[in-house]
Amino acid sequence: MKPILEISDLSVAYRAEGGDVRAVEQVNLTLHAGEVVGLCGESGSGKSTLAYGATRLLRPPAVVTGGSVKYYGNRITQGGHPVDILAQSKKDLKALRWREIAIVFQSAMNALNPVLRVEDQILDAIRAHLKMSGGEAREKAATLLDLVGIPRARLRSYPHELSGGMRQRVMIAMALAADPEVVIMDEPTTALDVVVQRDILAQIVELKETLGFAILFITHDLSLLLELADRIAVMYAGRLLETGSSQEIMRDPAHPYTRGLLNSFPSLHGPRRDLVGIPGSPPDLRSPDPGCPFIPRCAYALPSCSEVDMALDRVKGDSRPDHLTACPVVSVSQEGVLS
Amino acid sequence: MSEPVIHDAGATHDDPTHLQDAAEDATALSAAAADTTAAAVGMSSAASLPVVGGDLRSIAADRGPLAMAATGIGRDYRIGRGVILHAVRDVSFGLYKGAVVALVGESGSGKSTVARLLAGQERPSAGTIALDGNVIDVRSNRHFRKYKSQVQLVFQDPFSSLNPTHTVGYHLSRPVRLHQPDVKNVDGAVTALLEQVRLVPADQFVTKYPYELSGGQRQRVAFARALAAQPTVLLADEPVSMLDVSIRLEMLNLLDDLRSRLHLALLYITHDIASARYFADEVLVMYGGRIVERGPAEDVTQQPAHPYTQLLIASAPDPDKLGSVLKTSTAAAGSVAARTTAANTGGPAAVGCPFAPRCPLAIDKCRTDDPALELLTPTRAAACWRLDVAAGAS
Repeated sequence: MKPILEISDLSVAYRAEGGDVRAVEQVNLTLHAGEVVGLCGESGSGKSTLAYGATRLLRPPAVVTGGSVKYYGNRITQGGHPVDILAQSKKDLKALRWREIAIVFQSAMNALNPVLRVEDQILDAIRAHLKMSGGEAREKAATLLDLVGIPRARLRSYPHELSGGMRQRVMIAMALAADPEVVIMDEPTTALDVVVQRDILAQIVELKETLGFAILFITHDLSLLLELADRIAVMYAGRLLETGSSQEIMRDPAHPYTRGLLNSFPSLHGPRRDLVGIPGSPPDLRSPDPGCPFIPRCAYALPSCSEVDMALDRVKGDSRPDHLTACPVVSVSQEGVLS
Repeated sequence: MSEPVIHDAGATHDDPTHLQDAAEDATALSAAAADTTAAAVGMSSAASLPVVGGDLRSIAADRGPLAMAATGIGRDYRIGRGVILHAVRDVSFGLYKGAVVALVGESGSGKSTVARLLAGQERPSAGTIALDGNVIDVRSNRHFRKYKSQVQLVFQDPFSSLNPTHTVGYHLSRPVRLHQPDVKNVDGAVTALLEQVRLVPADQFVTKYPYELSGGQRQRVAFARALAAQPTVLLADEPVSMLDVSIRLEMLNLLDDLRSRLHLALLYITHDIASARYFADEVLVMYGGRIVERGPAEDVTQQPAHPYTQLLIASAPDPDKLGSVLKTSTAAAGSVAARTTAANTGGPAAVGCPFAPRCPLAIDKCRTDDPALELLTPTRAAACWRLDVAAGAS
């Protein structure tokens, strides 16, 4: 599979009086065409900062302090060299945003303008990024609503007249206005009920199949990603701790944090399991301790963990090339069991 | 605990539009109460609820005596000229000391309204709420204050339920002074409360402001504040849904620990039915302001009887399915879920079964007649005309 978005060694810091808050530290993450990559982490882990940093949507005091973000979309590169988003001019960025990389923002309740009709908001997006006549734009807005299964009559509605699920669908429709190659979804279903959530996820998957975009899906809910994503990246305290296919993360979680997460949520199906959870709380990013940020909460921590460089590497004894972890302590035993 | 008390529900009404319904209910209930009294098995009337096909017993009653009973409570809101929203309709259940009852449903199902009614923040339009056998009357001040101290509510959002301008110590010392006037050593009581919710060392937390605490720590302060009133009943309205996954489990374990140590009667309100499976004794599933299914947590989650419960469970993320479900689109996402999606036309119905507009099994009768709770086993009941068909679909 060919990469579409390649984030390399990206670091983002929030400038603050008491020193930088290093929200994202040297993260490597690649999104391939047509793939769903799940980025999972708890609040404050830097998952949104990573996505917004990679698309240059952050404002001071947030500063990208290092790394590169390469975009390989055909329409822009014409088969040639990838463009580095971090080095783009304002004008080029405008051509890139929405048309190539679109974002569905968190909480549709607040992302829509409450005093504008749905139609006007969609038209705004279309006019800003596509060259179309008024009539064409209107027709486009209507077909976008068709796409997400909202009746066309709803174009005349204000956001407060729509249910939470419908508002989220409008957000998704807007993101798809310019047929983007990459859609970043930041907790698109978090405020919704499980039933509505499942409807919307199914719709997202269906749209992805027909339109062929790649998705970076950001959420705190690992159980959701296990069902939805092709690959999963687990983030903690600004670092990626583990990446792998959903299968690998679910069956053989390598990093103790991932294992803790998997042991934290009650399962609805199958026999009751003993839940263990993760004691303690996430570290303060203003004064990070050296080595692995998970040490204070880790049951397997060794003295050598404070010297870990947090580079992602293959799990010891694991032959699969894509299952990577930052924890050098774990290894796969002869029986294929992680210890 | 042994004296069964059922008061005339109609007497507490001030809104004549409900008098008729409620009077009927009250008559039925009084009759039921009389039966129970006659049986005199040492069980309070609310410990068993008359439903179609027999008397329903709560599995939570195995844990301890009845602490609080809601009988036929309802709450209406006037939302326009002549338009009335029945946010809660004819809800009856008991909370038992040392037991957890979970109220599960989607947003708008009325579960938070039930909590507000039980907490005395709003007056029910119908029905009665009794604490230790005494029916609550919001109008009588002295009793009501005592009631308020015995029934405490913990809110969903620890970021907004604590006052940002006050320290943790202030948040806890006020309720101690208010609800435990005999306590001389307030600081000592505050320390004990912090230790109870495992915010240790306590002296470090007393001087902190909410913004200096993590979400989990804030919610612990909210629990401690509720405990300061020495309640017998704790109503927890989505206590963990704002917290991170890695913190949630610890918080539920803390609640469970408080429940068993302090013998609290706990109402756990959530939209996450999986956590109810692990944490609750009895699960009540609400839809459109009504209880549509209730029973022991494991039974309800493993063999859901009502089509709505089946939909809820089919919709919950299931890691064991590993991508298969969504990737093969909705068709396989549980037969009920798939068909319901197509039929989803919005809110609950005002006439007939509230779930009928979304229900794949609905027949004409469902759209005109409201089903009552029907006994499935001695501890389980569901309100559905199509239970036999639904049983095959689950």
